[in-house]
Amino acid sequence: MSEGDEVIVSAAESSAPALSAERLSKRFGDRMAFDDVSFAVGHGEVFGFLGPNGAGKTTIVRTLGTLIAPTAGAATVAGIPLTPENGVAIRRRIAIMPESPGLYLRLSVTENLECFADLYEVPDATARIDRALRAVNLLDRAHDTCGSLSKGFRQRVALARALISDPQVLFLDEPTAGLDPAATRDVHELIDGLRRRGVTVFLTTHRLEEAERLCDRVAILNTTLRAIGRPSELREQLFARTLEVRTRAVLPEPGAVFAGLPAVEGWLQDGPATYVLTVADPTVAAPAVTRALVAAGADVLSIAEARHSLQDVYLELVDEDRGVGR
Amino acid sequence: MMSLSRRRVGAILRKELREYRRSRSIVPTMGAVPLLFVLVPLIESTTQTASTLRQYPLLLYLLGVPAIVPVVLAGYAVAGERQQGTLEPVLTTPIRSQELVLAKTLAALVPSLAISYAWYGVVAAGVALLARPGVPSALLRAPEVVALLLFTPLLASWSIWIGIAISSRLNDARAAQQLGSLASLPTIAVTILIVADVIPATLVLALVLAVVLLLLDGLGWRIMTAMFDRERLVTGTSS
Repeated sequence: MSEGDEVIVSAAESSAPALSAERLSKRFGDRMAFDDVSFAVGHGEVFGFLGPNGAGKTTIVRTLGTLIAPTAGAATVAGIPLTPENGVAIRRRIAIMPESPGLYLRLSVTENLECFADLYEVPDATARIDRALRAVNLLDRAHDTCGSLSKGFRQRVALARALISDPQVLFLDEPTAGLDPAATRDVHELIDGLRRRGVTVFLTTHRLEEAERLCDRVAILNTTLRAIGRPSELREQLFARTLEVRTRAVLPEPGAVFAGLPAVEGWLQDGPATYVLTVADPTVAAPAVTRALVAAGADVLSIAEARHSLQDVYLELVDEDRGVGR
Repeated sequence: MMSLSRRRVGAILRKELREYRRSRSIVPTMGAVPLLFVLVPLIESTTQTASTLRQYPLLLYLLGVPAIVPVVLAGYAVAGERQQGTLEPVLTTPIRSQELVLAKTLAALVPSLAISYAWYGVVAAGVALLARPGVPSALLRAPEVVALLLFTPLLASWSIWIGIAISSRLNDARAAQQLGSLASLPTIAVTILIVADVIPATLVLALVLAVVLLLLDGLGWRIMTAMFDRERLVTGTSS
């Protein structure tokens, strides 16, 4: 994208969502990187972007980050319309942490951060650097060269670099890729801290448990947007709610026990003495099922609502795409 | 007319100079490459007579130094950063293409000029110390010294544009440096033809070459700022 002078952000723009995309597409020659993607992200929201390799996640980050021009569609970033003229204005208000930290390995941690503080022209750079290093627990390594740091520490430096400009919108592209569990936990805590400070976070990740734990809403992308919503909403959209019933012995007439119970819509046997019941409302169905089983003389071992994870949602959608030969 | 930020240009310039200083390969290479052009005048000054040396502008052979040295740095400018994954984080900042090009150019130009002029000093000192009487005045003639000093930044800038243009199209810094060296051969060839008196060194020729180089440098700036399109740099394709 080319770039122009600084734009003035109008009052109307400042009340816009932190990020929005309207039928956004990007094509490289014959290959469609992503197509017809629409979403809006509110201020202070942690928004997860999930998808298999090659789904277009990084290209979307690059597009919203003004590195790549969209082929079609419109978007706003930090309340500013995504146009070539607004490139500099947008980049002043955002920060992107790419998947690879991309640090100058011959330079110290502080020298790396000084360079970016100057590129963002932040006031009082020394204090900002100190604050960013404190946020990622790296103050004691400030004068080490980045080449001497472990992968986890380099990732932390990259995060500090992304925080130095106090961005309104922070794009994190696979921020925990290749990190050990302790470093991953530190990054998660940092993202939680950013949420508390009202920073809008756009997080692409392969780690579904990470998205489930951190994100207010998630979008699942596989070139086109396959689903968007809170993880719990996606589970409800994709999976019927079920109760799993386990008894000590096989029920002689399960149909007679489960038929006609309130909120129970159907059942099937899923093992010698295990039954899966499709229910409209587990809080109504579970007590009724318990009473019916006791009345039938069954020894009940457990009655539990089946919990579908975000991983189940993700795999369901991605497998569906594979099934139709995408 | 948009204004360029001195702070952003300075940030990249400082970063580049720090990286060069700490690189195990860049400084030794930049120091060693000029030997090829420095040794010839030094050897000639000790083996030839003053009357022989007066017949051709041997000193201009040193212009090979600013033609070849910047290629080492300029070749690394974009391809090296791309190779290390450091280019994309810079492009996500508010830096403008013009600021990035200017910073990269200065980062290659400043050390190249310093090294070129330092080697000229070494040659002058060597000639003064080692050559036979009469040779220093035959070799270090005022018009050639002036031409050497004036053409050095013009040639260095031209080599930098070529080097950065090649570097921005490749992902491998070493390949960019090698291709850049090849691309600077015509400039060196012209210099050698002048030294060998195949092309007579006259004031008119000097003025024409200076104007041509100025135009080429201006053209280089325009082309390079257009080539520093973020999408092209990140993905290798333009929008």
